[in-house]
Amino acid sequence: MNTLNVPIDGNGSDGNHLDYLHSPKKYKGILNWILSTDHKKIGILYLISMLTFFSVGVFFGFLMRLELISPGKTIMEPQTYNQIFTLHGVIMIFLFIIPGLPAVFGNFFLPIMIGAKDVAFPRLNLFSWWLFILGGFVALVSLFLPGGPADTGWTFYIPYSVRTSTNVIPALIGAFILGFSSILTGLNFITTIHRLRAPGMSWFKMPLFVWSLYATGWVQILATPIVGITLLLVAIERWFGVGIFDPALGGDPILYQHLFWIYSHPAVYIMILPAMGVISEIIPVYARRTIFGYRFIAFSSLAIALFGSLVWAHHMFTVGMSDTAMWIFSLLTFLVAIPSAIKVFNWVATLYKGSIVLEPAMLFALSFIFNFTIGGFTGLMQGALALNIHIHDTSFIVAHFHYVMFGGTGFGIFAALHHWFPKMFGRMYNKRTAKISCLFMFIGFQLLYFPLFIAGYLGMPRRYYDYLPEFHIWHFISTVGSWVLITGLIIMFANLIIALRKGEKALANPWGGVTLEWTLPSPPIHENFETIPTVDKEPYDFTHYQELEEVKN
Amino acid sequence: MEHKENHIVGYGTYIFVWLTLVALTALTVTVANFDLGNFSIVLALAIASIKALLVMLIFMHLKFDDKIFRIFVFIAFLTLAIFLVLTFSDYSFIR
Amino acid sequence: MNQVAEASITTSVHRDDVGAKIGMWLFLFTELILFGGMFLAYAVYRFTYRDFFALASKELDVFVGLINTLILLTSSLTMAMSITALRRGSKKLSLTFLSITIFFALLFLVNKYFEWSAKFHHGLFPGSNELLTLPRGEIIYFGLYYVMTGLHAVHVIVGMIILIFMFFYIKSGKVNQDYYIMLENSGLYWHLVDIIWIFLFPLFYLIH
Repeated sequence: MNTLNVPIDGNGSDGNHLDYLHSPKKYKGILNWILSTDHKKIGILYLISMLTFFSVGVFFGFLMRLELISPGKTIMEPQTYNQIFTLHGVIMIFLFIIPGLPAVFGNFFLPIMIGAKDVAFPRLNLFSWWLFILGGFVALVSLFLPGGPADTGWTFYIPYSVRTSTNVIPALIGAFILGFSSILTGLNFITTIHRLRAPGMSWFKMPLFVWSLYATGWVQILATPIVGITLLLVAIERWFGVGIFDPALGGDPILYQHLFWIYSHPAVYIMILPAMGVISEIIPVYARRTIFGYRFIAFSSLAIALFGSLVWAHHMFTVGMSDTAMWIFSLLTFLVAIPSAIKVFNWVATLYKGSIVLEPAMLFALSFIFNFTIGGFTGLMQGALALNIHIHDTSFIVAHFHYVMFGGTGFGIFAALHHWFPKMFGRMYNKRTAKISCLFMFIGFQLLYFPLFIAGYLGMPRRYYDYLPEFHIWHFISTVGSWVLITGLIIMFANLIIALRKGEKALANPWGGVTLEWTLPSPPIHENFETIPTVDKEPYDFTHYQELEEVKN
Repeated sequence: MEHKENHIVGYGTYIFVWLTLVALTALTVTVANFDLGNFSIVLALAIASIKALLVMLIFMHLKFDDKIFRIFVFIAFLTLAIFLVLTFSDYSFIR
Repeated sequence: MNQVAEASITTSVHRDDVGAKIGMWLFLFTELILFGGMFLAYAVYRFTYRDFFALASKELDVFVGLINTLILLTSSLTMAMSITALRRGSKKLSLTFLSITIFFALLFLVNKYFEWSAKFHHGLFPGSNELLTLPRGEIIYFGLYYVMTGLHAVHVIVGMIILIFMFFYIKSGKVNQDYYIMLENSGLYWHLVDIIWIFLFPLFYLIH
C-alpha cells in the first residue's frame, strides 16, 4: 500500500517518498522553483520559459506569413518586416532550438538515464537557467527601445550591423549571455557523463540520448565561444568605433562571416544531435525492438559533431572565397551527410520486423524521419557548388533549414514531450487528441514549407518583403499552411496543459520502455533513485518485453 | 579514472621551469632583432608554444594528471588549429 | 525507507575533486577558444596587412611588454608554489606566495595603465582622429591590440579577484591541506591568463 497519489505498477518505489513536485521545500512558493538546484525542476523551468519564447517566435512567424500572403504591403512596413524576421530568428534559434532538448530533457533525464541523483554541478545548472532568462530579457528589451529591434537578420552581417541605427547591441549582448548559458550546460553534462555513471554503466551501456548529449556538449564548449567573441567584437565596434570588421576602417566583412559561421554551423548540430538522440530512444520502444546498430549510432553522433565543425563556409559560397576553399568545404559538406544518413538507415532498420505501436510520440518520431530526410537531402543539394550559386539566399534555403530545424528538431521536441510527459508530470494526456494535433502539424508543415522550395528554385529571394506576382501562388499556399500548423500547435499545447490538471494518473512505465527512467515512479522522487542501481543489462534489451507487457496489463 | 593525488611538484622543479621560461623569453626578444623574413613568425610561435607547453605540463600539472586531461587539451588545440587551417584555405588561395 | 535513510541522503556531502577539475578545464577551453577567435582574426589581418602591422608595431614599447611578460611568468611560478606549500601543510608560506602572485597581477595592471595612457596621450586610441588618419592596416592593428590586450587585462582583474578570495579562504581554513581543489582550479585559471600573454607578447610587440 502506498501513500502517494500516483499508482505504481510494481516498478517504482514503495511510496514513502513524495515525488519531486511535492518534496519537502527549502523555500516557499515560486522561490521553491526558481532557486531550486534539482535538475528536474530546472528542466521544467526551461520548458516553461522556452515554450513562452517559442510562442512569441511563432507569433512573429505568423505575422511574417500574413505579410507575405500577397505581393505588396499587407499588414506592415518593410522596415518592420526586417525587424520581425530578425527577432523571429534570434528567438527561435537562441531561445528555443539551441537550448531546446538539452536544457529541458537533457536536464530532466540525463542524470536519471545514467543512474545519478543529479548533474555534476547543480548550482551551475541553476545559474545556466538564470543566464537564459537574462539573455532572453536583454535580447527582447530591444522591442521597447527607441529605434526598435535590430533589422540585420539573426546573422548580423557586416557592414550593415555596424551601420544600422536600430538596437543591435542588446541583441548581441543577449546572444552573448545565452551563449554562456549554453556553454555551462554543455560543461555540466560532459562532466556528469564522465563522473556520475552508475556502477556497471559503461560507455556502451549508455542510452543513445546520453551519447547525443555528450557529442552536443563538446560542440557547445568548443564552438560557442567563437560566436561569443565575434558578437562581442561587433558590439565593441559599434560602441567604440574600434576597427575590427568595418571595411571603412580596414576591416574584412568576409572574416566576420567566417567567424560567425564557425560557430553557427556547428550550432545546427547542437540543435539536431539531441533530437536524433530522442528518436533513437523512441523508435525502439514503439517498435518493441532493440535499436539496430547501437555503436554506429553512438559513433555517428561523435562524427557529426566533428565533421559538422568543418563545413561552415558552405554558407559563404557566393561571397568570393578562393576556389580552393570552396571545393574543400563542399567536399566536407558531402562527408557530413554520411553519419546522418547512417542514423536514418539504422532507425528504419529498427522498424523492420518490429512490433510497431503508433502512439503519439511514435507519430512525431516518424514525422521527424520524413522531415529530416527531406531537410537533410536538400542540405546536400545546397552543398553542391553549382546549385548553391543558383539557390543561395532564396526561399529554398529557408525551406531547407525549417525542414531540419523545425520538421526535425521541433518535431523531435514534440516527440520527446509526448514520450516523457507521463514520467515528468505523473499524468497521461488524451492520446487521440495528441495524434490529431500531430496530423494537423504534419500537414500544415508540408503546406507551409514545401512551396518555399519551389518558389526558391524559381528565384524567390529570402528576407524579401515584396515579390513578383509569379510567386504569389506559392506564398499563398505557404501562409495557409502556417494557419493549419498553428492550429495543430494550439491543439497540442492545449491537450498537454489540460492533462496537467485533469489527466489520468500515469503509470511508471506506460510505454514499455527499458531505460532507467521507466523504473522510477511517475513522477520521480527528489533524489531520483532510492538506491543507485547497478547496471548489467544491454541498453534497449527488449527480450523481456513479454514480461513487461504482462505487468502493464 | 583517478588522478595521482599524491604527486606534489617540488619548488625546485618549478624554479627550474621558470628559469627556462625566462631564458626562452630572452631568446624570443633577441631573435626578433634579426630579419628572418617569413621564418620570424614561425620561430616566434614555436618559442611561445614551448613556453605554453611548459606552463601547461608543469605549472598546470598536466604531466602528472590522468591521461584524459591531456587528451582534452589536445582536442581543444586541435579544434583551434582546424579553424585556422580551414580559414586560411580561403585567404591563402585568393587569386 | 525511513527517516534515518532520508537524513543520510540529504546530509551526505557530494564531493568530487576530479569532477571539479574536469569542469574547470572545460571552462578554460572556452576561454582558449574565445581568445582563439581573436588570434584567428589577427592571423588573417596580419596576412593581409603584413607591412602595416610591422610599421604599427614600432609604436609599442618592447621593454614594457617584456617586463609584463616577466611579471606574469613569475606570478605563475609563485602561484604554483603557493599550491605546493599548502599541500605540504605550510599555510603561511602558501599565503605568502599567493600574496606575491596577487601583487604581481596588480603590477601588471599598473604597467598596462601607464602603457595605454602613453598611447592615449599620443592620440592613438579607438575612434580617435589621429588613428583614423593612419593607413587602414594600422587602424586594424590597433583595433586588435586594444581589444585583445584589453580583454586580457579584464581576465587579469578577474583572476586577481579570484585569488583574493582564495587568500581569505585559505586564511579561514575553508581551503586547506586536505581540500585544495579550489586553489588548484584558481591556479589553472591564472596560468591560462599567463599563456594568453605568452602569445600576445611576440605577436604584438616583436614584429620586425
